[in-house]
Amino acid sequence: MNTQKIALAPLAYYWSREETLSFYLDAVNWPVDIIYLGEVVCSRRRELKLEDRLSLAEELRAAGKEVVMSTQTLIDNESDRRSMHRLIERAVASGLRVEANDLSAVRMLHELKQSFVAGPHLNIYHAGTLSWFAGLGATRFLPPLELPATDLHALQQTRPQGVQTEVQVWGRMALAFSARCFTARHYRLKKDNCEFRCQSHPDGLLLSSRDGGQFLNLNGIQTQSAGCTDLSTQLPELTKMQVDVLRIQPQSRHTGEVVAAFAMARDKGQAALLSASLFPAQSTPCNGYWFGAPGMLEKQNDAVNA
Amino acid sequence: MKKIDLVAPAGSLLALKAAVDKGADAVYLGLKNATNARNFGGLNFGDADIRSGVDYAHARGRQVLFAINTYPQARNVQEWRSAIDTAVKMGADAVILADPGLMAYARDTHPSLRLHLSVQGSATTIDAIELMREQFQIKRAVLPRVLTLPEIEKIIRQTSVEIEVFGFGSLCVMAEGRCLLSSYVTGDSPNNKGACSPAHAISWQEVDHSLYARLGGTLIDIYAPGEPAGYPTLCKGRFEVEGELDYALEEPTSLNGIGLLPKLVEIGVAALKIEGRQRSPAYVSQVVATLRAALDAAEKDPARYAPRQEWMTILAKHSEGAQVTQGAFERPWK
Repeated sequence: MNTQKIALAPLAYYWSREETLSFYLDAVNWPVDIIYLGEVVCSRRRELKLEDRLSLAEELRAAGKEVVMSTQTLIDNESDRRSMHRLIERAVASGLRVEANDLSAVRMLHELKQSFVAGPHLNIYHAGTLSWFAGLGATRFLPPLELPATDLHALQQTRPQGVQTEVQVWGRMALAFSARCFTARHYRLKKDNCEFRCQSHPDGLLLSSRDGGQFLNLNGIQTQSAGCTDLSTQLPELTKMQVDVLRIQPQSRHTGEVVAAFAMARDKGQAALLSASLFPAQSTPCNGYWFGAPGMLEKQNDAVNA
Repeated sequence: MKKIDLVAPAGSLLALKAAVDKGADAVYLGLKNATNARNFGGLNFGDADIRSGVDYAHARGRQVLFAINTYPQARNVQEWRSAIDTAVKMGADAVILADPGLMAYARDTHPSLRLHLSVQGSATTIDAIELMREQFQIKRAVLPRVLTLPEIEKIIRQTSVEIEVFGFGSLCVMAEGRCLLSSYVTGDSPNNKGACSPAHAISWQEVDHSLYARLGGTLIDIYAPGEPAGYPTLCKGRFEVEGELDYALEEPTSLNGIGLLPKLVEIGVAALKIEGRQRSPAYVSQVVATLRAALDAAEKDPARYAPRQEWMTILAKHSEGAQVTQGAFERPWK
């Protein structure tokens, strides 16, 4: 039996409190096993406070979901650092695991002797680094988004005991983080007085190249790919490589259908079938990184020579 | 008060000598492969040049730092480990590393080797820096260009690790070590290949007297006739957002911290880094000479320090798009 689990990544966008809560209320009924909660992009996004997240976590846990609290990815000031400390303290007190998204969170979790999930931006490219994180307490890790299948295969061969692997199989990719807010910049606003314009863009703000191609997706201080990762046809390979968790990025529409499609494919041991209508607006499928190619490309499976 | 080390880029033996001659306290260099973050054709050091360079610097009491600051790739870790062994063999005063797995190798194999945490290591907080000190006894950390001066000061107050900041050069607008924009378009990133917007992926095309700059097939800028065209770094291209064409991420501009030197001295910055191993020996010579003069002036009499017009002119000449910014050092940039 395939014991692979399906996870919902931390919500990358800034939705209203009602939209966010209703999204997770729906998720209770989806075949998703793990839900990551936490603001990973910008500390100015406060529609949900820490207390709200913790009580949401309780509800989801009561509904049978594994809940993991995710920390902010780029921490560039003392106030955000203290918020991260508080989030970890409260998560630990509630018996919730934490996804560490930078080295500061790793340090605190290590000091508290807590096992944790090593997030996708910790740059775990090879066995030596994976075993270092495992030694500090990582019991699950996400490889860098750009890691090719051949390298993931190598990593899996030497994976320390007790460490699970989670791979993003669906959704736009978080390609970069900056001290600067690009959404605010677009509206000629200062970051400190941004008027929360990212709330008007539930799936990000599309950036096109000079030839009109959908290229990147601005999401506050985060720059995403416009392309949507789709590893649905790589599912059998991911299973063969013993990837334990499949990560799906929340999007404003169709997330439940995407989850369902991956769950069904997992249960049948097949590639998933996702209709074109399930992609986020103004995005196209991509999977180039899997093949060691530019991430934005869409390649066919037979191109693998692992 | 302890003096600030001026740390200069050396992409070649000529640049190294220029940096030493013009007063750099240390130079940093890389080997000719993907183990360093400026893995560009025609750049960097073979064994013979390293020997001459290290001899040249050491004879004049200067340090040589080896940048091995990309991320070892799963099937090729040995290349990075060999780079550390080479650095030790060649007399490196320190190695600049980003990857914890490689740090562990350096600590275990060469316990007396001095370790610096690279900007590519993406340590933006006191916690991250202290973790690397506790684990690997790092002696210095180079801060990503995301912190304001007050935040840098808070970090310095809380750690025994020396803090190095960027003083001048091409500006990364993204947090270093966590940017995959380049590999999204070309397959190569600073992390995996030591290259951002690599030359092999760039193509130029003239269309109706305009110049089209493509990176990996994606059109990232069009220069009008007569408009100066810079190196087409992805994040400094012009793009369209909601029908508006603009430098959506960052203008072609360079970081220039020369106006902030007294403050950097005051808060206890240990080293000032000049970016640009890919630049010419002439760049290194003029930028090092300028920053040397400015740093000496700032250390001698911080209260009366002001950047001199001639310094600003020289630095502007070596800046991207002839523009400069104080970047994240100042809050409004964000």
